[in-house]
Amino acid sequence: MGNERFDGRKDDEMRPITTRVGIIKKADGSAMFQIGDTIAYAAVYGPRELYPRFMHNPREGILRCKYNMMPFSGAGDRVRPGVGRRSKELSMVTEKALRPVLNLSEFPNAVVDVFIEFPQTDAGTRCAGICAAAMALADAGLPMKDLVASVSVGKINGKLVLDLTYKEEAIDGEVADIPIAITPGSGEIALLQMDGRISADELKTALEMSAKACREIYEIQKKALKAKFGDLK
Amino acid sequence: MELLVKNKSIAVPGEDLAHGMEYLPTNGTYREGEKIIASRLGIVSVDGRMIRIIPVSGRYLPKRGDAIIAKVEDITLNGWLCNINSAYSALLSLREGSSDFIAKGADLTRYYSFGDYLMLEVINVSSQNVVDLTMKGQGLKKLGEGRILHIDPNKIPRLIGKAASMINMIKQATDCRISAGQNGVVWVQGAPGPELVAVRAINKIEAESHVPGLTDRVKAFLDEELRKSD
Repeated sequence: MGNERFDGRKDDEMRPITTRVGIIKKADGSAMFQIGDTIAYAAVYGPRELYPRFMHNPREGILRCKYNMMPFSGAGDRVRPGVGRRSKELSMVTEKALRPVLNLSEFPNAVVDVFIEFPQTDAGTRCAGICAAAMALADAGLPMKDLVASVSVGKINGKLVLDLTYKEEAIDGEVADIPIAITPGSGEIALLQMDGRISADELKTALEMSAKACREIYEIQKKALKAKFGDLK
Repeated sequence: MELLVKNKSIAVPGEDLAHGMEYLPTNGTYREGEKIIASRLGIVSVDGRMIRIIPVSGRYLPKRGDAIIAKVEDITLNGWLCNINSAYSALLSLREGSSDFIAKGADLTRYYSFGDYLMLEVINVSSQNVVDLTMKGQGLKKLGEGRILHIDPNKIPRLIGKAASMINMIKQATDCRISAGQNGVVWVQGAPGPELVAVRAINKIEAESHVPGLTDRVKAFLDEELRKSD
């Protein structure tokens, strides 16, 4: 194998991104985020009444995320519908990545529901899901101090590359995969997970690579949110 | 000491709006060091030194004094529990619901039954958003036959217009009775044809509320549609 990636991208190049806001009419906020062949749809409902009652938090509203890959979205086997160990984890990390930017103090005892669906996936789903969900939350008019942008960095055969595809993730060799989410305004890290091995120096480089990419994503998110109001002009 | 965005432009959460201490952050913005940053999606409004964000989306948050349209969903010992199109349900107590004497154990559906729509006023909102309603006030009543529309509560001020100019224009053009609640629920009643025109005009206002020249466009729309139906 040469030094090139399967799809001919540069090491620090993301797949092409297309994104739209307000695509699900019945939801309070919604967004679609596509990066390469990975597509995420996010719909936000709420703040709305929360039941069962024991879940109430009288100090502030709660955020509830649901990550779901559709049955034939993957490249391999059919994904079994319903909650699984993997989707449960990803729902949780999505929630934890988004919660810090949201201010739900105005909505005690209420809930904001975020549903993220993937009709088609090619790695990097949690990152695409977080990007879509952040835009959908903004579209829903919720108070939030920043957006969240997210991308994965990986190491394939000793080389750091941005935004892995499934094919790259699955090669027979040494692979590390690090999904990262940051708040582009303040540069704080909202999500950092790691799969595989990587040295401390490489991790630093990986963080720098993703920070730069996340700022690019932020500009795209910003443009999409503004485009919703530009249609009529 | 400079403004980084144009007045009346759209701001996104996390976007820098201004630098320096000259400007003051108000609704929908916050200060971080020298910067003023947007904390919600909306239209930037700069008024002198004050910067605020006018929301363009979001659920209704009850405020004292709001006139709203509520739907009766349940009946309790103390009154009627209403859905007010918000994250919280609201209580219309016996005392505020009617000036009649209501005996203990009386059948409350005789006054307002399940599914009735009522024009009410919010009299109190607690820190935990427990909402109290009243039927006592000008223009507050049980709404009869008609059509209920749900529009974005942030667009209600545009539907009503300056000194109710917009809503009066629709009422006069279509000869419909229209009540708009601050919670985004609108009640329309009229002859079948004009009623539909009024509904379409209201939906048009909701869709285009952020584009300048709305009144003229709605006027043209009403003229056009009514001429067609004649």
